[in-house]
Amino acid sequence: MSLDKDQVQHIAMLARLKLADGEFAQTVEKLSRIVDFVDQLGQAKTDGVVPMAHPLHATQRLRPDQVVEVDDRDHIQQNAPLTENGLYLVPKVIE
Amino acid sequence: MNRSFEVVIGLEIHAQLATVSKIFSGASTAYGAAANTQACLVDLGYPGVLPVLNEEVVRMATMFGLAVNATIAERSVFARKNYFYPDLPKGYQISQYELPIVEHGELIIRDDTGNDKRIGITRAHLEEDAGKSIHEGLDKFSGIDLNRAGTPLLEIVSEPELSSAKEAVAYMRKIHTIVRYLGISDGNMQEGSFRCDANVSVRPHGQQELGTRTELKNLNSFRFVEKAINFEIERQIELIEDGGEVVQETRLYDSDRDETRPMRSKEEANDYRYFPDPDLLPVEIDAAYIEAVRETLPELPDAKQERFVDEYKIRVDDAAILTASRSLADYFEQVAAATRDRPQGVANFVIGELAGALNRDGLGIEQSPVSAAALAGLLDRVKDNTISGKIAKEVFEAMWAGEGSADEVIDARGLRQITDTAAIESVVDQVIAANPGQVAEYKAGKQKLIGFFVGQVMKATGGKANPGQVNKILKDKLG
Amino acid sequence: MSQDLHTQTLTQLSAGLDRGDFSSVELTEALLGRIETHGQSLNAFVTVTAEQALAAAKRADEARAAGNAGVLSGLPLAHKDIFCTRDILTTCGSRMLEDFISPYDATVVRRLADAGAVVLGKTNMDEFAMGSSNETSYFGPVRNPWDLQCSPGGSSGGSAAAVAARLTPAATGTDTGGSIRQPAALTGTVGLKPTYGRVSRYGMIAFASSLDQAGVITRSSADAALLLGVMAGFDERDSTSIEHPVPDYCASLSGSLKGLRVGIVRQHFDEGLDDKCAAVVKESLQVLESQGAILSEVDLPNLDLSVPTYYVVAPAECSSNLSRFDGVRFGHRAADPEDLLDLYCRSRGEGFGEEVKRRIMTGTYVLSAGYYDAYYLKAQQVRHLIADDFHKAFAEVDVIAGPTSPTPAFRLGDKIDDPITMYLNDIYTIGANLAGLPGISTPCGFVDDLPVGLHLVGPHWGEETILRCAHNYEQASAWHEACPEEYR
Repeated sequence: MSLDKDQVQHIAMLARLKLADGEFAQTVEKLSRIVDFVDQLGQAKTDGVVPMAHPLHATQRLRPDQVVEVDDRDHIQQNAPLTENGLYLVPKVIE
Repeated sequence: MNRSFEVVIGLEIHAQLATVSKIFSGASTAYGAAANTQACLVDLGYPGVLPVLNEEVVRMATMFGLAVNATIAERSVFARKNYFYPDLPKGYQISQYELPIVEHGELIIRDDTGNDKRIGITRAHLEEDAGKSIHEGLDKFSGIDLNRAGTPLLEIVSEPELSSAKEAVAYMRKIHTIVRYLGISDGNMQEGSFRCDANVSVRPHGQQELGTRTELKNLNSFRFVEKAINFEIERQIELIEDGGEVVQETRLYDSDRDETRPMRSKEEANDYRYFPDPDLLPVEIDAAYIEAVRETLPELPDAKQERFVDEYKIRVDDAAILTASRSLADYFEQVAAATRDRPQGVANFVIGELAGALNRDGLGIEQSPVSAAALAGLLDRVKDNTISGKIAKEVFEAMWAGEGSADEVIDARGLRQITDTAAIESVVDQVIAANPGQVAEYKAGKQKLIGFFVGQVMKATGGKANPGQVNKILKDKLG
Repeated sequence: MSQDLHTQTLTQLSAGLDRGDFSSVELTEALLGRIETHGQSLNAFVTVTAEQALAAAKRADEARAAGNAGVLSGLPLAHKDIFCTRDILTTCGSRMLEDFISPYDATVVRRLADAGAVVLGKTNMDEFAMGSSNETSYFGPVRNPWDLQCSPGGSSGGSAAAVAARLTPAATGTDTGGSIRQPAALTGTVGLKPTYGRVSRYGMIAFASSLDQAGVITRSSADAALLLGVMAGFDERDSTSIEHPVPDYCASLSGSLKGLRVGIVRQHFDEGLDDKCAAVVKESLQVLESQGAILSEVDLPNLDLSVPTYYVVAPAECSSNLSRFDGVRFGHRAADPEDLLDLYCRSRGEGFGEEVKRRIMTGTYVLSAGYYDAYYLKAQQVRHLIADDFHKAFAEVDVIAGPTSPTPAFRLGDKIDDPITMYLNDIYTIGANLAGLPGISTPCGFVDDLPVGLHLVGPHWGEETILRCAHNYEQASAWHEACPEEYR
């Protein structure tokens, strides 16, 4: 297996994913197979090849500095699980 | 400061750019709106929405780069910095990583010994601000307000070339001055538009490699920057001297206790997984654009200071004070252009009386109740001997209080200076007659008593006699 | 008369509406009736918007009566549930968005609505478009109208099944690695993925931003051309949409194939392709030749690497794109979280299905410290090689033709436990996404009573050419008219 349990645990933590107990073992196994599969990229000769981030050679368009959005908070917050006085609530954050 | 240690400081300054809309959305950046009323779908990271770059931020970053003699990247790339935090709606911050828009700049500051010192600016990059967490009054919850999310920031990163808290402050002040000169940030520190993180380390003199650094966050005033860094330097030195080791960590400055302490929420080692943001394309800037922006650059503080010394022949220190803000410098120049008084006289009055009054009333130069033209009018009356320099202060206060122009105040209060020789002579005669003892002493050689006689004459004329004339007439009469 | 409305294509329906043979309300009612009858067994729809559809149909009829008909006035279609639809449930096939009511419309949705289209509902899909069989949907798998035991392909499986079963004449889809073309091939429909940047991605819930592109599943290339003309074009809300003129795609269909240079990829007929499929596809190539096309062989030497490249790039982008689903502002939120970390981990752990979690984790891994260069950066370099291969090929040919999928529809459950086998389904389609090229799949025959697709890929902005090629083929072959018996 190319990935061990600790690595998968670490990745799950970085990605903020809690895996159910039954899910964990098969995740290690399947992720390992995926990693083995993509490992074949290592064979490709890519010396000097520029990485390609976008399929087209376009450049960023700029928008004028204008306020075009209007307040739609109450409509938008109908999707929010928990709000109070317009604030989104989360368990207390300690800094 | 402990002499056996050398201090190494680098600053990361976040300057909020003065745009009306956000960096990637058309929501307003105005400060102080009700929670989440200025957070549009893009700012909230709603499913399906996409960022579009505000052209003003590119112009502003370019201006800054040119002002600090930096390289403007022909091609810069936005990247995602991935981490989870409630004030970061998308789970990533759009920033610039490998290819920032500004690189290799520099700044000259005055170091602790009063000499010029060059500080390198590693880079300045564009990024979006996060929202705010509110902890008070919500019991076991924190509340998230995303109005600030997506506000444009220019993060200005210095080389680790600052050697003391004072130098760090001098550098930060200079950046503050520059961004305000350029009009790209209001620099308002209370509202968080200009804030800084400091990387601080110490090492024994002579040691080559840098000591372990800590990152100080939450430094939102010049005073706190100085205090936090000084606290941290002392803490690190004590730690090392006691045989301990500095731990690389992020620390928060607590201004109430004047101390730094580790930030609990940042304990976990971060792996930000930066990668180019596929929703944004590379930003390309050509030479013509850069030149067009360069055309719009205002005279910068260093150049202005030099010109003030050359052109107005005022003292270097005064020039430095006057050019610390663009509007103060403009005010000075307007007064100097309008008055017949010497520029150094203008400088003295602006730095002394005017700055004192502004400071006392907590006003900016823009809000000064005495306009540049009005002040020039006042200084003209001193120059043409209508009033003395001393009376000028009284007139100024009256003008400040809204009693009118210099001439109106002088007339209304009858402050016009007495320059009629006959009138002064008559007062001098009365003073000599009334003080025979002092006259005898003076004649016996106690020359210092001339001051007493001048004082008596001025008292008798309500301060309105021309001091030069009084002096001369007294000396003539006393022989 | 209204008995057979479901059998007509958009082009035919449009003419019927123009003639006044039937009204849009009648047409909409007829199709809503079919969805009612067949929807459940196929599981093609997540949401049916009957009320809104009838209201839109009524408006369209009124507009037509007033002489204000738009290009699509009164024509029904369905949206893949990945497109945000204002005040309508938008689930993306996920428990995470089970109750998500979008507060806004995607640009694609807006443009089609502005042209007068009537939206029948939202179609089922693989969760967050991650899958090639429609089995990863939280709302259960979609079934293939040609064989209910088979998958319709994915991720736009609901759209493909709905069109194949004549529940709607057309549906939108999205294609990140083949998610329009592969289900089109597996259901005997036409699937068009335009050039990257041709159609706005705004309001399309992102899977992999540099690969995602919106398109359509229809009954004919002519219908695809009609819809593309409305959907395509620059959108100031999408930085990656390109300011490129939108031609009259319908007008471009009429030319012949005389002299059209068609490239056959040597590697496409290597191992991996089902023999019977290969035979069917080769036959279709001969049809093109008989219509005047000039066939020649071209090389895509890095074809084998396209799947592993894709399975680094797409998960990397998805791992970041899906971070916004954190249970705070929208979407699933775990009950009674102990603290912030627990809120995040459980909301996401519960809200996402297995395949989505697997891809997020794959993406997190390939971007993480120490692995970035070996995987992510390397994949971006190989992506460049693959794009170059295509550009070289297009110096010699106008169109590349081959199979859409290595096999016809497979049985539900057959591949779901083996991610690699599932991923290899996309081997012929992924290259177009990596290089940003337009591609179309059109029906070209049957293997064991299951449809097979002919895949045509063009150079950037080559939609007119591939549409013309597919349209000519359809006129000669008529495979696209085949309909499963129960749905005729």
